[in-house]
Amino acid sequence: MAYSDKVLDHYENPRNVGTLDKNDPNVGTGMVGAPACGDVMKLQIKVNDSGIIEDAKFKTYGCGSAIASSSLVTEWLKGKTLDQAAEIKNSAIAEELALPPVKIHCSVLAEDAIKAAVADLKSKQPA
Amino acid sequence: MTVHTPIYLDYSATTPVDPRVAEKMIPYITEHFGNPASRSHSFGWTAEQAVEEARDEVAKLVNADPREIVWTSGATESNNLAIKGAANFYSSTKGKHIITVQTEHKAVIDAVRDLERQGFTATYLAPEPNGLIDLEKFKAAIRPDTVLASVMLVNNEIGVIQDITAIGNICRENNIIFHVDAAQATGKVAIDLETLPVDLMSFSAHKTYGPKGVGALYVRRKPRIRIEAQMHGGGHERGMRSGTLATHQIVGMGEAFRLARLEMQTENLEILRLRDRLLSGLEEIDEVYVNGDMSQRVPHNLNISFNFVEGESLIMAVKDIAVSSGSACTSASLEPSYVLRALGRSDELAHSSIRFSIGRFTTEEDIDYTIALMKGKIGKLRELSPLWEMHLDGIDLSKVEWTAH
Repeated sequence: MAYSDKVLDHYENPRNVGTLDKNDPNVGTGMVGAPACGDVMKLQIKVNDSGIIEDAKFKTYGCGSAIASSSLVTEWLKGKTLDQAAEIKNSAIAEELALPPVKIHCSVLAEDAIKAAVADLKSKQPA
Repeated sequence: MTVHTPIYLDYSATTPVDPRVAEKMIPYITEHFGNPASRSHSFGWTAEQAVEEARDEVAKLVNADPREIVWTSGATESNNLAIKGAANFYSSTKGKHIITVQTEHKAVIDAVRDLERQGFTATYLAPEPNGLIDLEKFKAAIRPDTVLASVMLVNNEIGVIQDITAIGNICRENNIIFHVDAAQATGKVAIDLETLPVDLMSFSAHKTYGPKGVGALYVRRKPRIRIEAQMHGGGHERGMRSGTLATHQIVGMGEAFRLARLEMQTENLEILRLRDRLLSGLEEIDEVYVNGDMSQRVPHNLNISFNFVEGESLIMAVKDIAVSSGSACTSASLEPSYVLRALGRSDELAHSSIRFSIGRFTTEEDIDYTIALMKGKIGKLRELSPLWEMHLDGIDLSKVEWTAH
């Protein structure tokens, strides 16, 4: 299977691998996928007092495209508001990484992980 | 220490032709090019003599009579010829039921499936979790109309050795023709067809340092086993397999099997030493599982699953070693190995398995490089894996409610 250079770069040098304290009220955690399907993504975002995402971390069990998709979105998320983050579309991820059709689901999973992390964070914040 | 990457650890897929074998083959391409079936001149006689010397060597390795060896194009053809040939010959007198095993090579399974389409019925036995057949389950599968059983000697994916003597004896007691696929066995385990209760046995040259494109089928003479030809033509090979003999290929197979007979005992001790070194190195990694029985196994094979690492990313990570994976990349998705699934391995463990197969030209440096590579890459992928993190936190992953997609 041929991977694009961008996928290979993120696979070889993944950005922002790690874990944030999921009990921190300013941290939102999204975990999507299932081991039996071959992909599990855990994405965490941390907002500052102005509601801007100042940190993002991921861990991914999955193929090279799944690792690259989650690594890429951690870069994109930093500096965005939660509403801007929720607007990131899988098609943009797939386009940036030149994912082949059979790997589009990796970008869908990354979008789902963002939405799950944002929802988790919003549920923690006082209305 | 220098190693050349990628390191070849896929000897169960194919082996390089031994230089001594290649040397012996070359004159039969250019110089002694005669057709072994030409009876009227010395070109033919020379070729025929070479073919018969090679037949002797193949027979000697497995302690058979040379007249029991039929040349084919490889083990796939031998399996097809044995299974279809015997089933069709004996079905009218014995019946139309066949017993085989879920972990057989596709050349056996698909040949049996083809017979099913022609009105035969088949039982595909499930192996035990260690890959071996429970003899009681084999006995229970026998029916009055069972005509043929086919069980491989050494499994290609997990290297386990089936108890061919015991299974063969059961077949004898029940008047069932017994075929054994020994493609992965020659040069690895001793085979004595004088004593083994086996009627038909398939061989391949290229798994034993011979050339690709040639194999053989053993067809027992006492008691005489009959098969229907699947290839029709000039009536070569006592009418069982027509087609001009590929003299140079056959010479290569003969020389490869001769070297195996002379060297297998010492060679296998060294391969066992390297296998044990590889195993103890890899067992320093947490959460690794050996697939297949460790005692009833050829030393050449080590099949290991690395838990909490995804299969495709594992293949990407180990590109410096040439190995086989439990995941077969199909166009749309990864398919876990049907052999590992038959052992009851989960999809995840089947996907994240690697078959290391060691051979004649493997060095200790190759093994040490492989151990270091695997430790580094598995560590890196687990650093990335949320499943590994959950495992370290003591979370039982089977109890987690996943969002399937």
